[in-house]
Amino acid sequence: MTDADVPSPDEPAEPTPRNPLIEALIASSYGVTDDPLSGSNPGVRVPVENLYDLLAHLRSEPSLAFNCLLSHTAVDRPADGTIELLYVLQSLSTGQRLLVTCPVNRDNASAPTVCGLWPIAEWQEREVFDLFGVTYEKHPDLRRVFLDDDWRGYPLRKDYQDDFMLTPDEPKQ
Amino acid sequence: MTAPIRTLDDRIRPSDTPDSPLDTQEYFINMGPQHPATHGVLRLMLKLDGETIREVIPVLGYIHRGIEKMGEAMTYRQFVHLTDRIDYLSALVNNWVVARGVEVATGTETNDRIEYIRTIFAEIERIQSHMLWWGVLGMDLGAFTPFLYGFRDRETLTDIFEETIGCRLTMNYIQPGGVMHDLHPNFVKRTKAALAYSKSKLHEYEELLSGNVILQERTRDVGILSAEDAVALGVTGPPLRASGVAYDLRKVEPYGVYDRVDFRTAVGSVGDCWDRYWVRVEEMRQSIHIVEQLIDNIPEGKTMLMKPAKKIVIPEGVYYNQMETARGILGMVLVSDGTSDKPYRIHLRSPNFNNLWALDAMSRGGRLGDLVANVSSLDLVVPDIDR
Repeated sequence: MTDADVPSPDEPAEPTPRNPLIEALIASSYGVTDDPLSGSNPGVRVPVENLYDLLAHLRSEPSLAFNCLLSHTAVDRPADGTIELLYVLQSLSTGQRLLVTCPVNRDNASAPTVCGLWPIAEWQEREVFDLFGVTYEKHPDLRRVFLDDDWRGYPLRKDYQDDFMLTPDEPKQ
Repeated sequence: MTAPIRTLDDRIRPSDTPDSPLDTQEYFINMGPQHPATHGVLRLMLKLDGETIREVIPVLGYIHRGIEKMGEAMTYRQFVHLTDRIDYLSALVNNWVVARGVEVATGTETNDRIEYIRTIFAEIERIQSHMLWWGVLGMDLGAFTPFLYGFRDRETLTDIFEETIGCRLTMNYIQPGGVMHDLHPNFVKRTKAALAYSKSKLHEYEELLSGNVILQERTRDVGILSAEDAVALGVTGPPLRASGVAYDLRKVEPYGVYDRVDFRTAVGSVGDCWDRYWVRVEEMRQSIHIVEQLIDNIPEGKTMLMKPAKKIVIPEGVYYNQMETARGILGMVLVSDGTSDKPYRIHLRSPNFNNLWALDAMSRGGRLGDLVANVSSLDLVVPDIDR
């Protein structure tokens, strides 16, 4: 592993020349765009139609070898009507890290499962299903993981309400 | 490359591989939620054929507190005070991952004194966490003495925390922009004495437990996790290194002052419980070695660079940063909308949630009695799984 491959997380986010990995992905056929908001980590955005193909490419291409799905989570953006799925990929062999963001429709949130690529995704996707209500096509065991099976609503959505939750005060300007 | 996908139906359907020529039948049994060997409220549904484990299905959520949701209603400084409740044996690293996330996002530089103090405390905490694990592993496998020894020796380290920080377990010390207050005047002297003590005790540990034939029999070739499985299942920390993957964030992406100290990464070869045991015992030695190199050279300087009253507003974006706790990689996804002093979303990639699912791969086909050794060798902290 060379030092040049490892993105240094201590560097502040400053306009640096674009990462060659991102250049290559944008040039590929997956409809990838650069994610300018991904902080000091390289990040891309991809439409949900190409999500599985892109992730399979990132996983299987020997020169990329993103063999570890560190984290999968979601961000609710009601203003855009989307839920952004976020995949944090790490290659333990090259040391590269990549954030893949994929917006899905908020009312009918659905994405293909990636359990076949990274088995840990099965449970990370269950967590996102539990807290955001995103369904994963062909997921083997899509049940709630933290909350009760009869729980109503998805707590990490911004508009979630229930009878016993404490709502924070409105911010004072 | 694709991995086989097994549904819940596949998991609970009777399998056609009987354990013995006797006419045995498969049955389910619950281990937990209240079980002394799970160290918390974790339920494992076991599909058994006689004493052979066919499936382990973890059931979680008994202590889910919604820390990520709570974080959305708090400022960054306030959120630090929740992080000690996730993995209570790595409280300071949990503090640090939030602090560093905010510092990277706002472009705040810290000074050497702060980074030295943070690194030293993180390593002392790793030692005390491994000491507790060592004692508990002994107790899980039927040896009660290590439990008492582990807790006794851990005491000297928690005393150091208490003197400077004021807490012994759920510590809040590392803040965005620095640490809360300066070191206690006794800190250096006391830490050196505690390290010398711990060093001599590690030798005692080896004689008491590592060389014990019962421990060896119960851990060697038990719960083997291959390197491929470990990586695919998102396992990190000592279990990953025990499977032969030398991946330690302190080496690969150094933070703090890890790039200025000399230490070695302990790596196993088989990936069984013994390797996981050995890796952690070796890590204690390496951590002592790291602190010894740093403790005499703490530079002078300020210990807090951000005014506590200052409102921290992070530019819009998604920020990910990660650190190596005693159990694996703790990552934090921090999403800011750029206007509020509160996070728009905070996600913690907890090492225990991801390590837990390797239990099935490790235990399948093994014996029920070995499951306790497997759980113990993963060193799970249940509040960190449930968050």
